[in-house]
Amino acid sequence: MAASHDHSHGHSNGNGHANGHSDGHADSNGHGKPDSFEVRILRQDGPGQASYWERHRVAYEPDMNVISVLQRIASKAKTVDNEQVAPVAWECNCLEEVCGACTMVINGRVRQSCSALVDRLLTDNPGEIELQPMTKFPVVRDLVVDRSRIFRALQRVQAWVPVEGYYDMGAGPRQSQEQQEQSYPLSECMSCGCCLEACPQYLKVEIAREEGETDEQFAERKKAAYDKNFVGAHAISQAMLFNSHPTGRMNAGERTDALMGEGGLQICGNAQNCVAVCPKHIPLTTSIARAGRATTVRMIQRWFDK
Amino acid sequence: MAKQRVMVIGGGLAGLAATMKLAELGIAVDMMSLVPVKRSHSVCAQGGINSVNDLTRQQGDTEWQHFDDTVYGGDFLQHQPPVKEMADWGPKIIDLMDRLGVPFNRTQEGFLDRRRFGGTLYKRTAFAGATTGQQLLYALDEQVRRWESAGLVRKFEYWDFLGPVLDGDGVCRGALGQDLVSMEIRSFPADAVVVASGGCGLIYGRSTMSMVCTGSAVSRCFKAGAKYGNGEFIQVHPTAIPGADKLRLMSESARGEGGRVWVPRKPQDQRDAKSIPESERYYFLEDRYPKYGNLVPRDIATREIFDICVNEGLSVERDRQCVYLDLTHISKRELDRKLGGILDIYEKFQGVDPRTTPMKIFPAVHYSMGGLWVDYQRTAAGGLQIGSPKTHVTNVPGLYAIGECDYQYHGANRLGANSLLSCIFTGLVVAPAIETLLKNNKKAAADLDASLFESARRDKQREHDALLRRTGGGENPYVIHQELGDIMTRAATVVRRNAQLDAAYDKVCELEARAAKCSLSDSGNWTNQNVVFTRALIDMFPIAKTILKGARMRDESRGAHFKPDFSMPGLKATDPAERRREAEAWCDQFEANTNKWLKSTISTLKGTEPEITYEDVDTSIIPPRPRLYGLVGAELIEEVWKNRLAAKKPLAASA
Ligand SMILES: Cc1cc2nc3c(=O)[nH]c(=O)nc-3n(C[C@H](O)[C@H](O)[C@H](O)COP(=O)(O)OP(=O)(O)OC[C@H]3O[C@@H](n4cnc5c(N)ncnc54)[C@H](O)[C@@H]3O)c2cc1C
Ligand code: SF4
Ligand code: SF4
Ligand code: FES
Repeated sequence: MAASHDHSHGHSNGNGHANGHSDGHADSNGHGKPDSFEVRILRQDGPGQASYWERHRVAYEPDMNVISVLQRIASKAKTVDNEQVAPVAWECNCLEEVCGACTMVINGRVRQSCSALVDRLLTDNPGEIELQPMTKFPVVRDLVVDRSRIFRALQRVQAWVPVEGYYDMGAGPRQSQEQQEQSYPLSECMSCGCCLEACPQYLKVEIAREEGETDEQFAERKKAAYDKNFVGAHAISQAMLFNSHPTGRMNAGERTDALMGEGGLQICGNAQNCVAVCPKHIPLTTSIARAGRATTVRMIQRWFDK
Repeated sequence: MAKQRVMVIGGGLAGLAATMKLAELGIAVDMMSLVPVKRSHSVCAQGGINSVNDLTRQQGDTEWQHFDDTVYGGDFLQHQPPVKEMADWGPKIIDLMDRLGVPFNRTQEGFLDRRRFGGTLYKRTAFAGATTGQQLLYALDEQVRRWESAGLVRKFEYWDFLGPVLDGDGVCRGALGQDLVSMEIRSFPADAVVVASGGCGLIYGRSTMSMVCTGSAVSRCFKAGAKYGNGEFIQVHPTAIPGADKLRLMSESARGEGGRVWVPRKPQDQRDAKSIPESERYYFLEDRYPKYGNLVPRDIATREIFDICVNEGLSVERDRQCVYLDLTHISKRELDRKLGGILDIYEKFQGVDPRTTPMKIFPAVHYSMGGLWVDYQRTAAGGLQIGSPKTHVTNVPGLYAIGECDYQYHGANRLGANSLLSCIFTGLVVAPAIETLLKNNKKAAADLDASLFESARRDKQREHDALLRRTGGGENPYVIHQELGDIMTRAATVVRRNAQLDAAYDKVCELEARAAKCSLSDSGNWTNQNVVFTRALIDMFPIAKTILKGARMRDESRGAHFKPDFSMPGLKATDPAERRREAEAWCDQFEANTNKWLKSTISTLKGTEPEITYEDVDTSIIPPRPRLYGLVGAELIEEVWKNRLAAKKPLAASA
């Protein structure tokens, strides 16, 4: 059950670096930090182009994380062979693991690069850090991937409270502490995509742009393709969050219907990889189980309504 | 007439609130943002959002009191009508956010729980765990997604705003943007442009802000002729976790929930913090400010922590300045329930559990009180005229500014948990203003001659191409950014001195010249982050110079702007009569200073130089009074001041 969620993807990259734990590594010299370390980055210049590994050497500083490593690389933009290269592209914003922007695969594990501390990475794997883009999303450039599908999924399951308007109508419904303690964790989902990267059922959907297509046409075609494929654990969990809200419940049926449609809940194989990698420890499998019960009830309801 | 559209720049709390409200009014909105709006900087806000509430009301709190705390905390440097309106809307805004599904913490009976923040004596702050900003932002993001699904909102995420499109009369008719993926530059006709681009902390290198908080969008409006107000007022947060890439915030709520700030009485006491007995600890905030204790306003807490480390040499560590922020006396369960998120951040980035070990913290740049100058229309009752097209418009007609990037509401110093409120409030009130503007609009931007948009686009394209082609200058933008940050942090944060500010200005001008010679290491036209960063860096200079110049010229201390050479010390005499004379003299000086300096700094860019003028502040509702937190002789000064005020206007001394 606790399968190797790290590597459901299969980048053939020569160096079969595996699950973050290569056992029996020699801990360089016990104490004392290295002067520098190497960073291997899987780069790609644009969509549809071949990817390639590139190696950079970074001087060690205390308290570094992968973001500061990438900043040093950007500022130098030279490989180990002293070759001048274009700086590596990556995403980040908050640097506190709350925005979800900086997700990538680090030493074989999908996670946020801002909270990936160099000291710990080097303890687990001395001398080298390996960075690759997420594999379930189309690469835009280097470590930047197109995750618009994540936000599209939120539209699919109507992840919002359908209030009537924004004029003052007094307070919202009163809610117990218990209810708050249940919904708060689900509401922390930052749409980072870790759960999707780890999910064996979530397959990459990459649509190439066609000649003469406008931005709008291309976007529509992408959406249509996304909508046929698995919504993913994060969206199932969001659907459950809003189905449990006193006002959100009012269109619970529509959300459940969305989960019963194409690319819905039935795709989930219950592998539970998602919950193991969620940085916010969101109880995804609990949500999935609840969604399962909700769809069953809905099915019976529909059958009776016929 | 073609359909009118509004362009909103930025999708933090302010931009999303505006978009949601505009959509409700039936107005089509385009949003442009550097990052997907759900990843905006507002997600970082931890502590909470203020409003009067049922509980505080029964303790004597009112909207008026919230208003008073805000202007007093801001040292009276804000126009009062908008602030009054904001305080009035506070409870309604929290009700709205509650209805939108924000999982605010609850009391046992299921009401909203509240905590106390700095600068007030009431528990006004509603919160959702320790991720209030994230939760508020998500609720608005969800509503906007709903409108997006309905087809009324279009998002342009991963786009960089390059500036407004102005017509021959200087009216804003659209916005220019660049797609960060394809690098395409496009001109968007718009009948109003709302800038909601947040703060500019990155001008200081490292701060508590997110990586897109460069101030670039604001600077581009400033370059196009928009005025910038009160630039020198930059809030330094007292408690941040020093880090290599970012100074991560430790929220004020840590103190709100009972956290205590202290240093060992013995300099650099090497013992484990927990083993230092009470008698050998110096709880300097509690000692110096018995009334507010650890919850003094931010500028004061910051200055005290700075003073303890820099002047008194009591920093906990020798080579790094820091003091203890201690929560270890509070039960783990309670800490987890109320502060879980922020304590996790500390643990995650420092590898130490703050539930059992006191945290080490130091001040960091945190918030820009200053920003784009915006207008308002006052009602007879002293509030805001809702629906007036003047609300939040800059001096460029059609160009609006809201959220952290405007200069209203917080004066010389922002109170904790007031910014989330001002962001949502300004978003909500700008919408009816724009509705009126569009109603009176004779010709839709989309109907204007296309050449206006095309020539503006071509100018930007040329600038971009020139930047890409730049080689041979040899300057590295990342290095220049670091140098700029160091200069700004040293000269224009906690303590400001004229000689330093002068030197800093010269150095920043040199850096600006060097930045113009940056060579790009990427000259491609696909996801070129190098050119985007370099452009943002170049655009930091006009704002950096505005901050320095405003600070240099303001020879006084007010809120976050502290000049020891121009501050008014407390009373010294012990003899009662002499002490009273000193208090009278103090009040004389205060009055003289108020007459001279109770003015907003207004900066206009002339070429590359900011030109400074001053604007009177509407203080007609609550007369300015000295801000006396912890000053020696405060009671006596206050008494003298009240007497004077009473003599002038018998009814004014209500507070
Ligand atoms: C760590 C931290 C904690 C805080 N905690 C609190 C708190 O507890 N309570 C409180 O009241 N306040 C708090 N604040 C302050 C508050 O979070 C901010 O003032 C507020 O979130 C700002 O919101 P905003 O909508 O103005 O801008 P932001 O949320 O910063 O959003 C700016 C938007 O503009 C976009 N943008 C910027 N430049 C461009 C450009 N050139 N082109 C296109 N788009 C652009 C960005 O992509 C983003 O979408 C905190 C601040 C920090 C730093
Ligand atoms: S439980 Fe379902 S959603 Fe989660 S990883 Fe497995 S298949 Fe994917
Ligand atoms: S559920 Fe967790 S892993 Fe998945 S997107 Fe949300 S925060 Fe990320
Ligand atoms: S930068 Fe926001 S999660 Fe890492």
